[in-house]
Amino acid sequence: MTEHFPVLILLVPLFGALIVVLLGRERPDQCWVTSLISLGVSSLISFFTIIAVLSGKVQTLRYRMGGWPESDGYEVGIELRVDILAALVVFAVTFVGFVNTIYSKTRAGAEVRGKIPFFYALIQLLIVGLCGIVMTNDAFNLYVLIEITSLTSYALIAMGNRRAALSSFNYVIMGTIGASFYLIGVGYLYIKTGTLNIDDIRMVLGQNDLWEHQSIIVAFIFIMLGVWTKMAFFPLHGWLPNAYAYAPSMTGTFMAPLMTKVMVYVMIRVMVWVFGNEFVYSSQHVWGEIVIWMSVLAIVAGSLLALARTDIKKILTYLIVAEVGYMVGGSWLAEGIGQAGAFYHILSDAAMTFCLFIAASIIVLRVGDSRVNAFDGLFRKMPLTMIGFTVGALSMIGLPPTCGFFSKWYLISAGIEAGHWGYACALIFSSLVNAVIFFRIFERAYFGKISGVKEDHFPSDSDANPDIRIKEVPWSMLVPLFIASGSVILLGIMNRGLFEWIQTALKIMNT
Amino acid sequence: MILLFRKRPDAREGVTFLAAFLKLGMIFMMLPLVKEGKILHFRFGEILPGIPIEFRVDGLGMLFALVASSLWILTTLYSLGYMRGLKEHDQTRFFVCFALSLSATIGVAFAGNLLTLYIFYEILSLSTYPLVTHNGDKEARSGGRTYLSHLLGTSVAFVLPAMIYCYVKSGGDLNFTDGSLLSTNIGSDAGLIVLLAFTLGFAKSGLMPFHSWLPNAMVAPTPVSALLHAVAVVKVGVFCVIRVFTGVFGTDLIEELDIATVISYVAAFTIVVSSLIALTQDNLKRRLAFSTVGQLAYIVLGVSFLTSNGVTGSAMHIAMHAFGKITLFFCAGAIFVATGKKYVSQMVGLGRQMPVTMLAFLLGSLSIIGLPPFGGAWSKWYLFLGALEADQLAMAVVLIISSILNIAYLLPIPINAFFRRPPQEDGQVETIKIKEAPMACVVPLSITAVGGLLLFIFPELGFELVQLITKK
Repeated sequence: MTEHFPVLILLVPLFGALIVVLLGRERPDQCWVTSLISLGVSSLISFFTIIAVLSGKVQTLRYRMGGWPESDGYEVGIELRVDILAALVVFAVTFVGFVNTIYSKTRAGAEVRGKIPFFYALIQLLIVGLCGIVMTNDAFNLYVLIEITSLTSYALIAMGNRRAALSSFNYVIMGTIGASFYLIGVGYLYIKTGTLNIDDIRMVLGQNDLWEHQSIIVAFIFIMLGVWTKMAFFPLHGWLPNAYAYAPSMTGTFMAPLMTKVMVYVMIRVMVWVFGNEFVYSSQHVWGEIVIWMSVLAIVAGSLLALARTDIKKILTYLIVAEVGYMVGGSWLAEGIGQAGAFYHILSDAAMTFCLFIAASIIVLRVGDSRVNAFDGLFRKMPLTMIGFTVGALSMIGLPPTCGFFSKWYLISAGIEAGHWGYACALIFSSLVNAVIFFRIFERAYFGKISGVKEDHFPSDSDANPDIRIKEVPWSMLVPLFIASGSVILLGIMNRGLFEWIQTALKIMNT
Repeated sequence: MILLFRKRPDAREGVTFLAAFLKLGMIFMMLPLVKEGKILHFRFGEILPGIPIEFRVDGLGMLFALVASSLWILTTLYSLGYMRGLKEHDQTRFFVCFALSLSATIGVAFAGNLLTLYIFYEILSLSTYPLVTHNGDKEARSGGRTYLSHLLGTSVAFVLPAMIYCYVKSGGDLNFTDGSLLSTNIGSDAGLIVLLAFTLGFAKSGLMPFHSWLPNAMVAPTPVSALLHAVAVVKVGVFCVIRVFTGVFGTDLIEELDIATVISYVAAFTIVVSSLIALTQDNLKRRLAFSTVGQLAYIVLGVSFLTSNGVTGSAMHIAMHAFGKITLFFCAGAIFVATGKKYVSQMVGLGRQMPVTMLAFLLGSLSIIGLPPFGGAWSKWYLFLGALEADQLAMAVVLIISSILNIAYLLPIPINAFFRRPPQEDGQVETIKIKEAPMACVVPLSITAVGGLLLFIFPELGFELVQLITKK
């Protein structure tokens, strides 16, 4: 049974999406329940997948789609490969999707009225795409899935307010360019190796010692550029802030934590698994230094841009840009702890971004204003939400026992070990800037007077009722927030165990 | 638990007292073992690879913990009088944060490795913030902002990288060893930077230029100033510095690398400048705050001598200064409760009205200045010896000069209070009645004042505990 887990994780939401569309005509209210069930089942399976992977001898699950057997020692069909790293990311995706669906219960009606079934269908397809990206072992299939995730996310974002459509269009352009770059890279690899299976590509490159071949180097560069565009690595980040800030809140809460992180996962996989550490870090390739300095720039720029903004959602999106900088820098630093730290940060950042986005969305909804003044006096009026927000914020700043502290610990250690002081200082700088950003907010929330209702509140919160009173939101929105904050702390406390798994898996990949 | 009783003030305070006594009791129970030279360890599982959350009860930690917890009891009593006397708001939040802060302090005192120390250090910064900003007005907000920005900023910017650096260089170990954690892995330049990073990073020790949080934190209610800024927060800062010197680097290594001189100069600078500033302050609490900055720098100076006398002096001064300063702060608060006065210039002739308080102030001042028969004399003496032993004549001179300055900014207060008449108003001679602060305020300050005297007569326990660390 367990060998079918990987594909089940994909199939359940796929069918869920289908059912939702069919149901949607007759019974729109059932869409929520259906999605909940389908994503719940999927998360459960992915949880069991983690267990299955850990208990297996090889610590990897493989699944051939359609059961195509090997031929001449090469894979012919599309293969799924799930190791502990993939399993963790898949679990993160499905679980966040599940919790986010709880959050969407009341928001769907308000924000995407009339398109509810499409929303749920698209979210489930997006999850299918993301999980597929993580699990697939076929380079071209990866491209297809990237496109699936992109298309669904374009549509999801465009469902927001008026500005969202333009932001989504911007995203379409940049995203398509990024994906095309990736495809070109894969094309070069295919020409030289004759196979699309990632394991086999690695094998062929190694057997024929193609590492220094020009087309392989070009392939690597194209793939990197493509993936960097999709993960909003500075300066290819331009699409991110508008896209996430203007999307409907429940889309933002889902996409912000996950989309860029999955792309980081892809980057790490390509670097480690396809090309291997000797290729990436060899002294002939000076780009390692360049990339790390680019990531330093990303961290600094992201932090400063966030500091300059007054709209809470924009602040959070620029912080994502900085966090992506952490991860890229960490993976390119050195083997071992840098990559492991970057990977741990995938999980850690997903949790804390999720937490912060939900909290911010709740506050924007209730107060009707998305600028930082919205936070005035909120510790008294919405204490539960603020506690959730605080947990996320402390994690961004990097205080123990939140997961953010531990990611910073690992990444700074990696920086020091590699002697890269620029990177380590950039991380400290970012912590300090985050501290300033968030403590300004805390001070307002703690001391400020509660703001009155604004006449011209954000169009996306187009409640007909102008008399918005600030009190806590319904449980369906608070529960996800608490689950998110809980996981921020839990990931922190469990970091040692997780880190050991990650390191083991990376070692296996490296051999 | 305090939260549960928020509707019933007496029960709530009762819980605080109970907790304080329990804490002191438990610490006393551990005392005999520690005196024998044993070090108690408690581990709570590894939270980072190779680093557990570990507690370690040794001589230094025990000394600090004893001081902090015994003074907590007195401060709670005092807070009762103060807060109720002024009918302060949000008392529940106050007592909850107070209790949290004390626990964090004990956490630091008993931390067994750098990570545990760091975690509790940060918890302390966060839990004291609501206390500092208690009044909620504009001054409190800005004071709180300075407080947090200085404390969190320095700990994140300096201590965190220094700690990670030690982790990396020592191969994944952050325990305080009796010798040195870094042993031979570190060169002179790197060592200096790391040592400086730690010393300045633990800004709770009040070294310049990161000291301004301390005078600005005087916007807090006086019990907060008293306990936290005479005893808990600031002592945590210097305690951490002592730990770094003795447990992370080890005095031998520092001597080898010859990097302590810079620290000595920073400390000496702080002492002199802060004492001079104290002279100019008319607000009593601010004057005391600058005095504290100077006194804390004594402790850092003593450790930087790297001799056993120096370290002894430093550690003893933790205790002596705590008792002395808390007396002074208690008096300041009592004066405010009874008369509403905050400025030294207003306190002329106050001795007639509040004889007990001003007498206690006199005793506390004498201890801080370092005159026998008060406890402060012991610590000053050992600091002085340490300076001579380390051939630091300039520093010995600094100690003498600063003692004179201490006299200059402290003694005039009780002298004016007793020996001069208050300015007459409307030409009438007023008969001055004795009107002290509430009993709950007066009792603790008397106890701590007498405590200074007792510490002079019975310093042996302190010495025993300190010797456990100075002997290698």
